[in-house]
Amino acid sequence: MSLSMLVDPITQGLVYGIMALGVYLTFRILDFPDLTVDGSFPLGAAVAARLIVAGVSPLLATIAAIFGGMIAGVITGILNTKLKITGLLSGILTMTALYSINLRIMGRANIPLLGESTIFDLLEPLGLSSDISILIAFLFVSLLAKFIIDWFLQTELGLALRATGDNKEMIRSLGVNTDNTVILGLALSNGLVALSGSLVAQYQGFTDVKMGIGMIVIGLASVIIGEAVIKNDQIKWATLGVLLGSIVYRSVITVALRMNLNPNDLKLITALLVIGALGAPAIRSKLDNTLLAGGEEKC
Amino acid sequence: MLKLKNAKKVFNPDTINEKVALKEIDLKMELGEFITVIGSNGAGKSTLLNAIAGNHQLTTGEIIIDGQNLTGVPDYDRAHLVSRVFQDPLQGTAASMTIAENLVLALRRSGKLNLSTGVTDKRREIFKDELSILNLGLEDRLDDKVGLLSGGQRQALTLVMATIQEPSILLLDEHTAALDPKTAEKIVNITKEIVSHHNLTTVMVTHDLDHALELGTRTIMMDNGRIVLDVEDEERRDMTIDDLLEKFAKVSGHELTNDRILLAQ
Repeated sequence: MSLSMLVDPITQGLVYGIMALGVYLTFRILDFPDLTVDGSFPLGAAVAARLIVAGVSPLLATIAAIFGGMIAGVITGILNTKLKITGLLSGILTMTALYSINLRIMGRANIPLLGESTIFDLLEPLGLSSDISILIAFLFVSLLAKFIIDWFLQTELGLALRATGDNKEMIRSLGVNTDNTVILGLALSNGLVALSGSLVAQYQGFTDVKMGIGMIVIGLASVIIGEAVIKNDQIKWATLGVLLGSIVYRSVITVALRMNLNPNDLKLITALLVIGALGAPAIRSKLDNTLLAGGEEKC
Repeated sequence: MLKLKNAKKVFNPDTINEKVALKEIDLKMELGEFITVIGSNGAGKSTLLNAIAGNHQLTTGEIIIDGQNLTGVPDYDRAHLVSRVFQDPLQGTAASMTIAENLVLALRRSGKLNLSTGVTDKRREIFKDELSILNLGLEDRLDDKVGLLSGGQRQALTLVMATIQEPSILLLDEHTAALDPKTAEKIVNITKEIVSHHNLTTVMVTHDLDHALELGTRTIMMDNGRIVLDVEDEERRDMTIDDLLEKFAKVSGHELTNDRILLAQ
């Protein structure tokens, strides 16, 4: 087994883990099924790539990508809270609109970044191999994102966000305008997703307008695997679980591809994984019931 | 204190499902008054509380609390004046958050929330003090998730949350109806204690006629969207449940029918 087979899934797991942290914020904390992710992930990549190619510093380009993602989240939030469109549809609408916007930003469907400076150049003075320096960069950024989320969700504002996902009526009766907390949560989430997208683009050396397809399901898979790995729903453990879940997901994919799995089947397998995890409780109780009923009939 | 002027609420106006829930209600409440509200199913009791709390906006009429005209003001913008305990113990608390975290949000009711830490040592001391009044041992369980508590414990916590920042008016919406009789009695006693401790102006909807006369300083009966009976002072002091039922039948033209009241007797 080569070293890269060990390092690559961890590297990828960490960078996609930042996206999964965003999905955790909406899916688990805010209880909002946000499909904006499929559009805000390539949005981050598009913004970063376009700016880097134009000669902007990669750090600034990455920060701009975060802001782009936050704006996308705000739009989904406004569609949902102000225009009263359901959460699911709000995300789909933003995602669909973003496909055209991403093409506009990029000017074409694909921007190669080979030979361009990237955010990893910042680590050059350390004199490490590029594999290891990228791993360190992603470890740093993903843990930073994790700790910022942990901290934020314990602040007064963070508590209001959590209460919005738990019991909207209660937190409104305590004087919080839940429209604002929903919009805030979606902005933070999609900011993280776009950050992840911009880093992935710089890591893989290109941006493709289709790179966001199925991203929400990968995010969900990571969140769910994380919950299976770490069975503690305290936030600091749950966010660690999300990053671990993302690494486990990438490892499974890497192994599967090594075993000559057709890459075209990846999304199908990911979807089946999520269906299995989300559907397991229902299937289990149904099975129990049938077994019980069958037993009674025999008696 | 609280003034409802000509308050009217129509649901689904101009449709086949039109329902007039409140018909020209006029109500005036003084500071420190404790009104108990009884009435048949669909009499408009809950709509009345929803209108005061701002969950429903009045179709016509005015609502004034503490001299502020709140007509048309949404629920979250009047939370500094009105707090409410619902019938369903699950409704007033966030189950996935700890007791302390829930109390932080109640303590900061209508305040400008910021990025400072929610649960601080200083606040924990305040919470312990407030919870110890309940005698339920919750003061030692600040870091337990609220979802772990029983219905009665959650309702007691909701009462503390509703009053930790003194509201101008406290609304109790059949807040003991979903509890078993023993727990309900305990919550009633806690309610008495908290209301008198803070001298709160209170409106309590109840299905329990004993409680309606035993608690509070004034009783109103509602029927078909109107206040049909309003008793206080000596008249109320000498009243029995039978008097109350008889009087209701006389002014409304029919017997008091409420499935819960029948169950309670």
